[in-house]
Amino acid sequence: MQFHRLKYEFSETTSAAPLALFRILFGIMMFISIVRFWYYGWIEKFYIEPKFFFSYYGFDWLRPLGEWTYLLFIICGLSSILVAIGYKYRLSIVVFFLSFTYIELMDKTTYLNHYYFISILSFLMIFLPASVYYSMDARADKTKAYEYIPRWTIDCIKLLLGIVYFYAGLAKLQPDWMLRAMPLKIWLPSKYDIPLLGNLLHENWVHYAFSWGGAAYDLLIPFLLINKRTRGFAFVAVVIFHVLTRVLFPIGMFPYIMIVSALIFFDPSVHHKILGYISNILKIDKTNFDNRRALAYSNTSATKFRNSILIVFFVIQILLPFRFLAYPGNLFWTEQGFRFSWRVMLMEKAGYANFKIVDGVSGKRFYVNNSDFLTAQQQKMMSTQPDMIVEYAHFLGNKFALDGHQNIEIYVESYVALNGRPSRPYINPNIDLMKVSDGFENKEWILPY
Amino acid sequence: MKALISSFLIVLLVLSTQSCGENDISEIDIPNDNFDRGALLTDIADNVIIPGYINYTTDLANLDLMANNFSTNPDAETLFQLKLEFKNAYLSWQSVSMFEIGKAEALALRNNTNIYPTNTSEIEENISTGEYNLALPSKIDEQGFPALDYLLYGVADTEEEIVKYHSENEKARNYLTDLTSRLVSLTNEVKEDWVGDYRAYFIENDGSSATSSLNKLVNDYIFYYEKFLRAGKIGIPAGVFSGNPLPNTAEGLYSEEYSKTLFLQGLNAASDFFVGASTNHDEIGESLKSYLDYLDPDGNALSEKIITQFEEIKAKANELDDNFVTQIASDNTKMLETYDELQKNVILLKVDMLQALNIKVDFVDADGD
Repeated sequence: MQFHRLKYEFSETTSAAPLALFRILFGIMMFISIVRFWYYGWIEKFYIEPKFFFSYYGFDWLRPLGEWTYLLFIICGLSSILVAIGYKYRLSIVVFFLSFTYIELMDKTTYLNHYYFISILSFLMIFLPASVYYSMDARADKTKAYEYIPRWTIDCIKLLLGIVYFYAGLAKLQPDWMLRAMPLKIWLPSKYDIPLLGNLLHENWVHYAFSWGGAAYDLLIPFLLINKRTRGFAFVAVVIFHVLTRVLFPIGMFPYIMIVSALIFFDPSVHHKILGYISNILKIDKTNFDNRRALAYSNTSATKFRNSILIVFFVIQILLPFRFLAYPGNLFWTEQGFRFSWRVMLMEKAGYANFKIVDGVSGKRFYVNNSDFLTAQQQKMMSTQPDMIVEYAHFLGNKFALDGHQNIEIYVESYVALNGRPSRPYINPNIDLMKVSDGFENKEWILPY
Repeated sequence: MKALISSFLIVLLVLSTQSCGENDISEIDIPNDNFDRGALLTDIADNVIIPGYINYTTDLANLDLMANNFSTNPDAETLFQLKLEFKNAYLSWQSVSMFEIGKAEALALRNNTNIYPTNTSEIEENISTGEYNLALPSKIDEQGFPALDYLLYGVADTEEEIVKYHSENEKARNYLTDLTSRLVSLTNEVKEDWVGDYRAYFIENDGSSATSSLNKLVNDYIFYYEKFLRAGKIGIPAGVFSGNPLPNTAEGLYSEEYSKTLFLQGLNAASDFFVGASTNHDEIGESLKSYLDYLDPDGNALSEKIITQFEEIKAKANELDDNFVTQIASDNTKMLETYDELQKNVILLKVDMLQALNIKVDFVDADGD
């Protein structure tokens, strides 16, 4: 019997409403995110003003487009609206995925796990029937409108959310977070001006309560949301947790995105009710979409192809966060295998990197003023991340070579402080950075932690 | 369930609207925890910044007076008096240079006061044409103390010739008094703002946002330390950023005896600010040191390390010649060693202290580095 319960029924269908509402809310949230980014002047500040941009491995051909970068954001914003209303959905979500991912790949400095989450979520949504119900597409073409869809298409999103939470929880199970309450011990006291909570935030027990509570929340919340009996309680926890993170940390739109995403766990009746409210306000006849038709995928090669993409996608999602095991040394110190692994809010890292340009023949040397080439934010990020240090060193080497310098060797004197410990030397100061390159092999020129 | 959802969406809405102001100044009363940031800001304003500006404006008034004396009656005696006041005011300036906040920031006081090397050919052009607008951003290297340094010490080889130059050149004397009166008016504006409304604004802005007083002031302090004290006064003349020494970029280039004094004054001001010593050295108040000691979660004794390093720098700097041009020519290694000692505190201030205080360089979304 136990075995039977574990079996997953791929042919089972369910109401299309949860996925349709998810599509609508996702599109709206993305539109707000783009507008907010523009409103803060961040397009100019992060993608047009800097003189140099940090690339991801293999993506150095992908650059901001000067003033045209604004057009990229316009395309991204428009496609998010089209996703929300479900107009030419497949094309819109592809355009959204490509434009959003392009934006994120332009400069590694702005990497956030949240942005990565949006990229892979929108990639997943390309393959899901999110516009067969309650969409412009479904209204325009009745043959493509369905009231029911395969259940697994909704469960895909639940699985991805579950991975994000659970892996974020796993990542917290390490000594700094659990035993030293770091970095919350640094971050929380500086939020003394928060109403009500401010008084408590310098208390030691509060730092530990937040650390342990956060780890427990991340590990348990997917299961509490799946289980019908605990779902109501879990959603309350989701709202409280994310609102709290919003108040305490400069975390942008992410808390709101996660709160509305968690709605997907509810029964379809909840989504029908919400869509009903929307219909009343917008004077939409919701009954048009309730056509009793069920979407069933035929066993074509296209279906098989899509299925294999999804399987590969989830296998990558499950394995990628463990790639750090392939590297020696402290993960937080070397950051080898740190990104794309749901390691969120885990460390407070500050650094300083002073680059020395040496003429290898004459021995003449001078230091670089980093602010000549990098923004304050870029300097901050670069000085604690070895791959960015190397990329910047190579940029400096090429630049000074063009200026007529010869026999260029580049050394860096760098210091990093991690989670409240005193700063220590970071990169081997005797290694000529022009002779090393960034790649997937172990970076032996990082000094041991 | 539906009621639950709608009620929590309402809670969410309420909370999100009230927490949206990343850049707002907190208008909420700050709860009393054990460290009182308001007291810290009060001490900084009342013991350090405001007395610093009062001293400086007094010295500037004397400088302006003597410049006018010299202008009406240019002789060896009035030049001697003018040079004395020049030195006094230049030294007082070093104690307030780091506080580029509020009105000083709005007026770009530091850029209009002490940009060197000064542009002597433009200065001579200004004098000969008599037409110049010192308020233009392009004119920052044609005014302030470096330009005065040139006019009082650099326009001729001997003191007699300098007196002669000025007595025969009314336009030069006008330029001289224009420079001093501009320093006076700019600085008075800053001082009046501090003794007026700005003090209260500065103290009440005791939140933790990127625009809070402490956040801004600490960033300004480190910026000053790194850019003006470390690089401007020592690193650039010693050739740290160019490969070759650039002695002509030393501070006090023409007076030929003050570059070390000016540097030490700036250095002492920076270390006094850190420990909370008042400008008039009669009091120790709340400071970055006491704040760090309060926060120190792991007993790192960071403040002790920073203070020790300040002492190391002072010891190294005391070995330097009064005139850095001479020092660079005779033994630039000593300049480079002083730079290295300065550099060590950049790391402690910028990496360790900023982390301990949780002060960010900029407002941007983050998920924890």
